[in-house]
Amino acid sequence: MFTSVDDVSARLAEAGYLASPAIATTVFLADRLGKPLLVEGPAGVGKTELAKAVAAVAGAELVRLQCHEGIDESRALYEWNHAKQLLRISAGRDETWDEARTDIFGEEFLLPRPLLTAIRGDARKVLLIDETDKADVEVEGLLLEVLSDFQVTVPELGTVTATQRPFVVLTSNASRELSEALRRRCLFLHIGFPEEELERRIVRLKVPGVEEALAASVVRVVGALRAIDLRKAPSVAETVDWARTLLALGADTLDETVVRETLGVVLKHQDDILKAAAKLELDAV
Amino acid sequence: MSVGTGETVDAAEAVAVLGFDDREVLREGLAATLLHTTGQRPVFDAVFDLYFPRSVGAPGRAPGDRESLRDRLADALADNDRGLMGQLAVEAVDALGGYGSSPGSDGWSAHQTLERLRPQTLLARVRDDVRSRGAGTGFADRLLEDELRERIEEFRALVAAEARRRVAERRGRETIARRAVAPTADRVDFLYAGRDRLAELRRTVQPLARKLATRLAARRRRAARGAIDLRRTLRASLSTGGVPVRPVLRRRRPVRPELVLLCDVSGSVSGFSDFTMLLVQALHDQFSKVRVFAFVNRVDEVTGLLRHGAADPAGLGAVIRAEAELTRWHGSSDYGAALGEFAERYGLTLTPRTTVFVLGDARTNMGDPNLAAVREIAGRVRRVHWLNPEPRSLWGTGDSAAPEYAGLVAMHECRTARQLGDLVSRLLPV
Repeated sequence: MFTSVDDVSARLAEAGYLASPAIATTVFLADRLGKPLLVEGPAGVGKTELAKAVAAVAGAELVRLQCHEGIDESRALYEWNHAKQLLRISAGRDETWDEARTDIFGEEFLLPRPLLTAIRGDARKVLLIDETDKADVEVEGLLLEVLSDFQVTVPELGTVTATQRPFVVLTSNASRELSEALRRRCLFLHIGFPEEELERRIVRLKVPGVEEALAASVVRVVGALRAIDLRKAPSVAETVDWARTLLALGADTLDETVVRETLGVVLKHQDDILKAAAKLELDAV
Repeated sequence: MSVGTGETVDAAEAVAVLGFDDREVLREGLAATLLHTTGQRPVFDAVFDLYFPRSVGAPGRAPGDRESLRDRLADALADNDRGLMGQLAVEAVDALGGYGSSPGSDGWSAHQTLERLRPQTLLARVRDDVRSRGAGTGFADRLLEDELRERIEEFRALVAAEARRRVAERRGRETIARRAVAPTADRVDFLYAGRDRLAELRRTVQPLARKLATRLAARRRRAARGAIDLRRTLRASLSTGGVPVRPVLRRRRPVRPELVLLCDVSGSVSGFSDFTMLLVQALHDQFSKVRVFAFVNRVDEVTGLLRHGAADPAGLGAVIRAEAELTRWHGSSDYGAALGEFAERYGLTLTPRTTVFVLGDARTNMGDPNLAAVREIAGRVRRVHWLNPEPRSLWGTGDSAAPEYAGLVAMHECRTARQLGDLVSRLLPV
């Protein structure tokens, strides 16, 4: 898909995703080695966005499996369309049982869910398994099978093997330890908060019209907030939100009043706001 | 760190694909293939710097003197120029870090380098310099001092890495890699964890408490759809002519997990009690019904002092020591008296549903261990787990009453976050 690490950065940038060297290198490797990519990091640093950007760059279809507690095989792999099967049986009254049986377990009655969709067909695909840590442990077993051999077995149809391996991205907020076996199948990438300079570029890209100086001071303040011990440290998404807010308010420089009034955009807990106000030497909030 | 054959093969493939041209690309590539968790990264970086050094031998140019180094460092800090800072670290170690002259006893010291260079004293000068240059009065400029402090910290780390590299050239990489690279946060001994590692430790402990909470929840869920209620199944089967079509499951009354933590916060376990505070805080955030007691030689309930989300273990320890009544006459811990008082004052609040965790080193300062009190507590509750931060080999030495207590309640060695993690999964199998 890519020719070099620099090629990855350049093309992701065209798709509106500014990648750090670590991200670009790992994406390049995942593509070359054909291995799934496990991305960890705090919320809002662009884990999901990365998968979307790769899909956009590669001209591939994005297949997304959003994990949550209680997700199971029928949600992740495939289901039989029971209603349609019943219709089929009642429509063909006169045939023998054998004919009916072979018929109702055909492709036509299969409802492919994300994992099967990603494997079937010849088109290039990016499979995004979002918030893997939210799924139960059993699902991990399922993923192991799919991710190591890129095949799925449907008892009535046989084994479906991928002709074109999808580019797989798994994301996790580390709310549950993923199993060692799953980690071994994947390349590991931790996306943390970006460097100051990169974040400034991201803000400039996502919020066109924001002045260079304003972007710089927004990023600096957010960086300082991250250094304090907060319940929820602001991430890139919040930085961008804040820049947007400031732009909408028509503020072209940061001053005490503006910061005090808009701190809620960046911080999501009252405790945090108080702590940050003390740190930034704001008067009573 | 566990790196198997599979990872090695991947790493080799990665190197083959990426080549050796770009050091940072190589670093990221190896990290992606060899690492599995975030906590391993600092160790990896230190080892990588040893085996793939930025340069070899001494820097080419003649070393400048201390003053000129300081001048150039001030400029680099003001401009936040990483490349120059790295280069200055190399030169500084070369000019100021060497000690000893006979082979075998000579080496390079980061400590000595920083002692002589004193980068922290540059702060005021750099700050004034930046202020005078820029427009300088914007809102963000009140952050300047912190930013500079951070840059200086960065420089110190660069010096440390450089000194390690120079030593490794002399003594052999394997030795240095084994001795001089700090372990991952989950292997750091609680008793000796410094302030700077506490933050890391918290990142390790917090998920553990969550793990504990989810494990308990999973168990309760499972229990709730467990046994078949025979009586109600038969009743339901009457409508289908006695064929039990739909099994009815026994409904369990939901029970809140009751957790009691009993923590030693005396000075002898200060490193551990910081960790204790982390754990207590984390558990308190996750569970609705936790009661926390602290003791030195008196017991007091401190549940009220733990506000949800107040995330400062050191501060919390101080608050507890200041507000709760934990000592009388002297400041050293007395397990016998404390446990006795706990059994007496709070014994009636313990129920067969309670699980008690005792956190402490069981060093009684030669006092009476008061085994009767422990027996009484253990008799009232479901389980008692004692987490001891000392290595098992030290139990029973000196004034430690660990073996006596271990005879009555389950005592576990719990020195590192990793051991705590193992403990959680062993005590609460899903």
